[in-house]
Amino acid sequence: MPGLPTVLSIISSFALFVLFLAFQGKPAFEALALVFEGAFGSSFAWENTLQRAAPLMLTALCVALPARAGLIIIGGEGALVLGGLAAATLPLWLTGLPPLATLIAMGMVAMLVGGFWIGLNGWLRQKRGLNETIGSLLLSYIAIALFNHLVEGPLRDPSSLNKPSTVGLDYSLMIGMISEDSFRVHWGLVAGIVACVLAYVLVRHSVKGFALDVVGGNVRTARMLGLPVNRLVILTCVLGGAAAGLAGMYEVSAVQGSANASLIVGYGISGILVSFAARHNPLAIIVCATLVGGIEASGSLLQRRLDLPDATTLILQGLLFTNLLAWEALVGRITQWRIRLEEHANKSKGAEVQHG
Amino acid sequence: MGDLDLVTFLLALLAGAVRVGTPFLFVSLGECLTEKSGRINLGLEGILVAGAMTGYAVAYLSGSAWTGVLAAGGAGLLLGLLHGIVCSLPRVNDIAFGIALMLLGTGLAFFLGKAFIQPQAPMLPSISLGAWSDDGRVRSALNINMLFFIGVALAIFLHWGLRSTRWGLVLRLVGDHSESAQALGYRPLRVRVMATAVGGFLAGVGGSYLSLYYPGSWNEGLSSGQGLMAVALVIFARWQPLNCLWASMVFGAAGAIGPALQSVGISSGYYLYSAAPYILTMAVMLATCRPNRTLTGAPGELSLNR
Repeated sequence: MPGLPTVLSIISSFALFVLFLAFQGKPAFEALALVFEGAFGSSFAWENTLQRAAPLMLTALCVALPARAGLIIIGGEGALVLGGLAAATLPLWLTGLPPLATLIAMGMVAMLVGGFWIGLNGWLRQKRGLNETIGSLLLSYIAIALFNHLVEGPLRDPSSLNKPSTVGLDYSLMIGMISEDSFRVHWGLVAGIVACVLAYVLVRHSVKGFALDVVGGNVRTARMLGLPVNRLVILTCVLGGAAAGLAGMYEVSAVQGSANASLIVGYGISGILVSFAARHNPLAIIVCATLVGGIEASGSLLQRRLDLPDATTLILQGLLFTNLLAWEALVGRITQWRIRLEEHANKSKGAEVQHG
Repeated sequence: MGDLDLVTFLLALLAGAVRVGTPFLFVSLGECLTEKSGRINLGLEGILVAGAMTGYAVAYLSGSAWTGVLAAGGAGLLLGLLHGIVCSLPRVNDIAFGIALMLLGTGLAFFLGKAFIQPQAPMLPSISLGAWSDDGRVRSALNINMLFFIGVALAIFLHWGLRSTRWGLVLRLVGDHSESAQALGYRPLRVRVMATAVGGFLAGVGGSYLSLYYPGSWNEGLSSGQGLMAVALVIFARWQPLNCLWASMVFGAAGAIGPALQSVGISSGYYLYSAAPYILTMAVMLATCRPNRTLTGAPGELSLNR
C-alpha cells in the first residue's frame, strides 16, 4: 500500500506535536484541534488552505519531475522568485496589449525564466558533473540575491517606501478569485491542479514518462537502450522550473500585485516536503499540498487564540517530513519481514507435503 | 579608491575573513567529519540555527557564555544523532533527511527561541592582538574571538587524527569502503552515527558563535545558509580538515566583501556582493567537477559521487 507511510507519519507526527506542546505546559489538544479548525474547519479556512496549496503544488512539481529522473533538486524557491519578478516587470516593457494577452505573456515569461533557471541546473549536472542538489541550492541563493538587488535597486518603485517593491501591476492585470462570493481562491489553484494532472499524464501515460522511469531507475540501462538521457533529464528540470516560475507569476498577479520580499516565504522549501510526502507522484501532490497548505494556514489561528509563535507550523512540517522518511524505511522493513515469514511458511508447508 | 581607502578595505576584508569565517570553520569541520564516514548531512543548517538559539538561551539563563557554547554543541549532538540513527535505517536518503532536519531544527529554534529575542546574553570574550598598533582599524581587525583559535587547533588536530590515529583510519575506511571495514570487524553504521553526532556538535558550536559573538544576538534571520554552504565548502577543501580552515577564511572574506565595500563608502550593489560566496562556490565546483569522474579525495561511499 503506497500511502501507508504517509498516513502513519501523519499520525505519529501529530502525536509528537502534542507531546512537544504538552511538555511545555501548552494546551496541546486545543492546539491540535485549532490546526484542524484553521485548516479545514470552515469554508473560510478551506479557502485560505487552498490559496496556500496552489503555489505548493507548482513548487512540488519542481522537485517531483526531476526526481522521476533521479535528481534531487531543492532550488525551486529561486525559480519562483525570478519567475515572479519577470512577470511583474513584463507589463512595464510590454504596453498596449489587452489585459488577457499581457497576462498570458506574463505567464509565459515566468515559466521561461523558471524553466531556464532549473534547466541550467540539469545542464550543469549532465554536462559538467555538478551535483544537482548543491548546485540548485546555490543557484537559488544567487537568484534571491539577484532578486533583492533588482527590487531594491534598478527596478524599485520610488513610491514604495517601507517595503521595496517593483511598480505595482495595473488593476486590470490582477487575477481575481474563481468566484467572488462563494469560492474566494485565486485561479492559481486551477493552474496548479491542471499542471499536476498534466505532469501525471506525462510521467505515467506517455512514452517519455516511461523513458524517464528507466533513466531514474538505472542510467546505464537507459544509455544502453540509446535513450537521450541528457535531454530527458534537462527536460524534467525545465518543466519543473517552469512550474515553479508560474507559481511566482500567480503570487505576483493574484496575491501581491508587485514583486517584493513577500515572495520569499519558503514555498520552495515546503514544496520539497510536499513532493516527498507524495512520493513524487503528481496526483498525490494535489492532496499533500492541500494538507501542508492547511498546516500553514492554521498558523495565524494558533497565534491569535493560543499565542503560539508562527514557527509552530514549521515544527509540524519538520516532524511530518522526518517521520515520513523514517516510516518509509520502517514500512519497507516490515514488508521484507512479511515476505520472509511467508517464504518460511511456504517452505514448512512444502516439507509437510514431502513427509506425507 | 585612494591608497588609504584600499588599506581600510583590505583590513575590513581580513577582519571579515576571520569574523565571518569562524562559523564556516566549525560547520565545515563537522561536515568534513560526517562526509569522511560516507554520509552527507544537509541538516547542519538546522543544527546551526538550533545551536545559535540554544547557545544564546543557555548563556542568558546561566550567565556564562561558555556554558552556552557547550549547550549549543549538546543540542547539535542530539540532532546529529537523530540524523545518524534514522539514516542507518535501510533506504533512507541522507540528503532528503537532511532537508527534513533543516525544517525541524529551524522550527524548534524559532519556536523555543521566541522568548530570547529581547534579552541580552553575555558575549564570548575575544583576544586583542592589535594592542601594538595605534591604528584603530588594525586593532579592530586583530580583535579575534577565542572560538577562532579553538577552531584552528581543532582543524590541526583533526588533520593529524584522520591521518595517524586508529579512529581516523577506521572512519576513513568506513567512508571509503564499508564492506572492508565490516570484514575487519568494525561496525560501519555505528561509526557513521558517531561521526554524524560529533559533526552535529561542531555545527552547534558554530551556531553559538553566530549568536554569542558575531552578529551577536538571537533573531530568526541569523543564519544565511552557512550550514548548507558548508557542504560545498568541504568539496572545495577536498575533504581535508586543514584545507577547511583556508576555505573558511576565503568564504568569510567573500561574505565580507559587501560590508567591507560599505566601510569605504561604496554601498551600491550590496545584495549582489552578498551572493559572492555562492558564486565562488559555484565557480570552484564548476572548475573541479567533471562528469563521469569522482572527485579526487572524495570518500568512496558518499552518495554525492554516485
